[in-house]
This record gives sequence, C-alpha cells and structure tokens, in this order.
Amino acid sequence: MCVSNSRETEGTIMNKKESADARYCLGIESTADDFSVAILTFNGEALANVVSTYTAKEGGIHPREAARHHAETASKTLKEAFTTAEIKPRDLTLIAFSQGPGMGPCLRTGATVARALASYLNVPLVGVNHLVAHIEIGKLTTGAKDPVTLFVSGGSTIVSAFDAGRYRIFGETLDIAVGNCIDMLARKAGLRIKKGTPAAATVEKLASQGDKLHSLPYSVKGMDLSFSGLLTAAVRLFHEQKCRLEDLCYSFQETAFSMLTEVTERAVAHTEKKEVLLTGGVAANKRLQSMIKTIAEEHSAKFCVVPKKYAMDNGAMIAWTGVLAYTYGMATPIEKSFVKLRWRLDEVEVPWVK
Amino acid sequence: MKPVLIKKGAEASLYLAEWHGKKVVIKKRLPKKYRLPELDERIRTYRTVHEPRLMHEAKKAGVPTPIIFLVNVKKATIIMQFIEGKLVKQLLENVSESQRLNLCIKIGESIGRLHSIGIIHGDLTTSNMIQTSQGKVFFVDFGLGEKSKELEARGVDLHLMKRTLQSTHFRFAEECFNTVVKGYSEILDAGTAKKVLAKIKQIERRGRYVSERKRRLK
Repeated sequence: MCVSNSRETEGTIMNKKESADARYCLGIESTADDFSVAILTFNGEALANVVSTYTAKEGGIHPREAARHHAETASKTLKEAFTTAEIKPRDLTLIAFSQGPGMGPCLRTGATVARALASYLNVPLVGVNHLVAHIEIGKLTTGAKDPVTLFVSGGSTIVSAFDAGRYRIFGETLDIAVGNCIDMLARKAGLRIKKGTPAAATVEKLASQGDKLHSLPYSVKGMDLSFSGLLTAAVRLFHEQKCRLEDLCYSFQETAFSMLTEVTERAVAHTEKKEVLLTGGVAANKRLQSMIKTIAEEHSAKFCVVPKKYAMDNGAMIAWTGVLAYTYGMATPIEKSFVKLRWRLDEVEVPWVK
Repeated sequence: MKPVLIKKGAEASLYLAEWHGKKVVIKKRLPKKYRLPELDERIRTYRTVHEPRLMHEAKKAGVPTPIIFLVNVKKATIIMQFIEGKLVKQLLENVSESQRLNLCIKIGESIGRLHSIGIIHGDLTTSNMIQTSQGKVFFVDFGLGEKSKELEARGVDLHLMKRTLQSTHFRFAEECFNTVVKGYSEILDAGTAKKVLAKIKQIERRGRYVSERKRRLK
C-alpha cells in the first residue's frame, strides 16, 4: 500500500506462493487484547495468521480477564494456524513470541505457550520486541526500506527512525497513547458502539459528519506529545457545553491528528529520510492517513500505510521479526525468556537493519 | 539580494535576506495544508506573537538570541538578525572533548537563565543552537516556547534536551547531559536544580515502557 511507487516485492507476505525455503517460524502475539498465532516461512510468506480478540464487557481491557481469554483460546488458535498453514508442529524451525512491552498477565500467557511448545518440540525460542515487530512487518508489507515510522495504537504513540543499530525514538507521548485517548473519549461521551467495531471507527464516522471546530488544547512539546489534557478538555466540552457528538469527534480528531502530523513532519525534516510509514490500530483512520500523506509529499517522501491486518496486533509480525533475529544468530534461552513489561523500542539492537 | 530559502523546517521556512542594509532571517510560518485552516491560523498566529516576545525577554536575561526587527502577525512573519556561526548539532560531533564540555556548560547556563526568568524554550534541540566565531551560543526558535515557572514545564524542557542528546549525539549523551546539568545548577540554585532533576526522573518513569517505572509513583 505504498503510494507513488509500486514494487514487485510489495506485499510478498500476502501472496501464497511456492516457497523454496521450507523453514517455518511460528509467532505468538499476546501483549494486550489480541491473542494471535501465525506461521511464516523464512522468506516472509504468511501461511497462517489467526487472531482471537478479547472484548471487555464494559470499560477498557482488564489484563487478567484478557489473559484468561488468551489461555482459553490458545489451543484452538494454535490448531487453526496449523490447519490453515497445512504443516505439522514437527515441521517448525523456530518459535517467536512477543516478550514485551505490554500487559503482564497477557504477555505471560503467550510466553508460557511459546516456552512449552519450544521445549516440547526442541526448537529454538526467540523473544521479540512488539514495537520492533510492528516496524518490521510494516517494512515487509509496504516495501519501505528506511522510513520514519509513526506508530499509533491503543498502547503506543511513537515516532521512530533507524539510526546506528537501533530504532531511535524521536517523539512519543508523555502520558496516554492516542488510541487509548480515543477509546476513553468514546466511553466517557457515552458513544454507542456496535459490538465488534473498534471505538476508533465509530469516532471516525461521527467526525466525518462534524463541521464545527471547537478549541481544544494543542499540546506539542518539542517532539513529544501529550494527550491527557486534550481528553479532559474534550470530555468537559461535551458535558458542559452540550456540543454535538459529531463536532466533538471532529474537533478531537483534527486537534489530535494535527499534533501527530506536526511531530512526524519534524522527524522527517530532521532525519531527511525519504519514506514515512504509518502503522498501528489508529493507522486505519482515513483522516490521519491523508494528513500524513500530505506532509510526506511536501518533503518528497514516499507515504506507506501498513494494511490493516498487519497494522493491528498480529502473530505474523512476531514470527517475521523472530526470523530476522534468528538469522542474525539471536535466540532466547528459556531461562532468560521472562517477559519485559516496559521494554522500550530504543533498547533493542537490530543488527539485521543496515 | 533576493531572499534565499535557507531552511525548510517542519514548522516554518527560513529565508536569508537583506533588509535596510542588514543581513536578516525572515521566518515565515506557511499555512499547513494538513491542518484545518482555522486551527492552522490559530496555531500560527499564537506562535508568531509569542516567539518574539520570549526571545526579547531571553535576551534581557543574558541568553544570546537574534534581535527582532519586525513582526507581521497577519502574514505570520518575523524578521530577525541573521546569526553567523555553526550549528551546535554539527559542532558536538566534531570538536574535542574539552570544547564539547565547554559548549555544554554554556548551554546549561543559558537554559538555567531562561528557566530562572520563567521561560520554557519548548524545543531544546542542538539544531536550535548556534555558536558564533566569538564563542557565543545563540538560542533560536522559540516557537514552541511558553511562560512558566512550574517544575513540570522545566522538567519537560530539560528532558527534551536529554532526549535530543540521546537520539542525535548518543555517543556522548551522558557526559554532555551531565555537563549541561552542571551549568544549569550554577545558574538556578542547587536546590531548585535538584528538584528539576528529580522531576525529569519522574517524567521518564511516567513514560511508557520504562524499565525503571515502578508500580506506584511516589
């Protein structure tokens, strides 16, 4: 889904084709509300990518409840992945799992499944950083080589670019993630959300019908962002001034996304990179896409947006990053495979990136 | 002399021009197409008005900043003195250790002066600092600045400096930041500086996925 330049290699992950490489990696993702298992060949072809999502009865994600969901659906999800991929557990070469960052109980459930499989099958285990995985799958699916990445989801808001061995963080939220902010706004404004649709999609739809811009705090601090004040002000605006729900969502989106775009543009101007990659759950938003596309074009950079399936949390990104790390001789011994709840993106060495 | 574009930043474009016989920089905040026009105008107007005000106050407090010649709010344009020198961003990477530390002390002192009169720069990166041949370090780009004496604002401001060093000058990040803090503590009293540093720690812990973050913030 890269604009302005289509490549042959684009979207290799989506096409099932005969693979010369018969080595397979199984990836397990379980950082938050999604439990996902994927099977990839070592050259990045996705044979299966099964996602099972926990939905809270009310409020946000309850970590323990989500972990229980993961534990209950793990075997079914695994079985489905093997059936779809048409391989047997014995055919696996490698097992990758999301080692962090994320919610403790959720991470531990995924890690337990991964450890059990790896020791039972006697194959190496690789712990993968969830944030690195989002960038790597983004590069694989869009053909981007060295982008400035804007990663926006329920748990993260990060502007990053590769420099000297690591994905450096150029800007990030100082408090809550933008996706979290949208979810909380939806809940606090009492939006009626259809079961199975993300709150963000409902907010986007309402915003598209809004036309009156209310003034909300625009909080950019250098390269970093703050959303908590925006959330408080938006909720207050709704309850005190009784503004239309459409206008509330519209004003909120315009303000929050302008902030994100400004920071991304600063990173592009600063690093002079020629690609901009948009990923994470919030990347599906059309208004945000059009804003980021505008600044990419102004800096003659290519705009890439990760297909929704691979922009949301998924096992394929874990498996693919596992393959990259393993190919560079990295593996995680079981006794060192404890989960890392607050594992930062810029703590991870990525020797496979040149 | 026709105005020459010298830098197209994310926030504004800078032109080098001649104005009444002087070399000047024209800072123009062009409309951003991605933002709604009314939101865009609000932000550009705000920054065009506040930036020169802060620069003027900073200068009075002894922090070298370009002289402001003209402000045109309607056109979101500021005409200011052109500072001839080298960007600290490049200098830090290419000078000897003692020069580097000397530079960091000066930067720390200037940040201390700004904070002591209640100015938050808002974008303390090494691309916003220029050293002249006389060794003065000019601070530019106060577009994201604000007036505040709150510990939180000071902490965030200095934290950004730390983050810039870590992302752009990671080889010397630690020694540079420690030296900046040294200069900073000499201007603000040691007690206040300590409180700001503690605040930075707290901000870092508050950041997402920080290993030092504890379950309960004190």
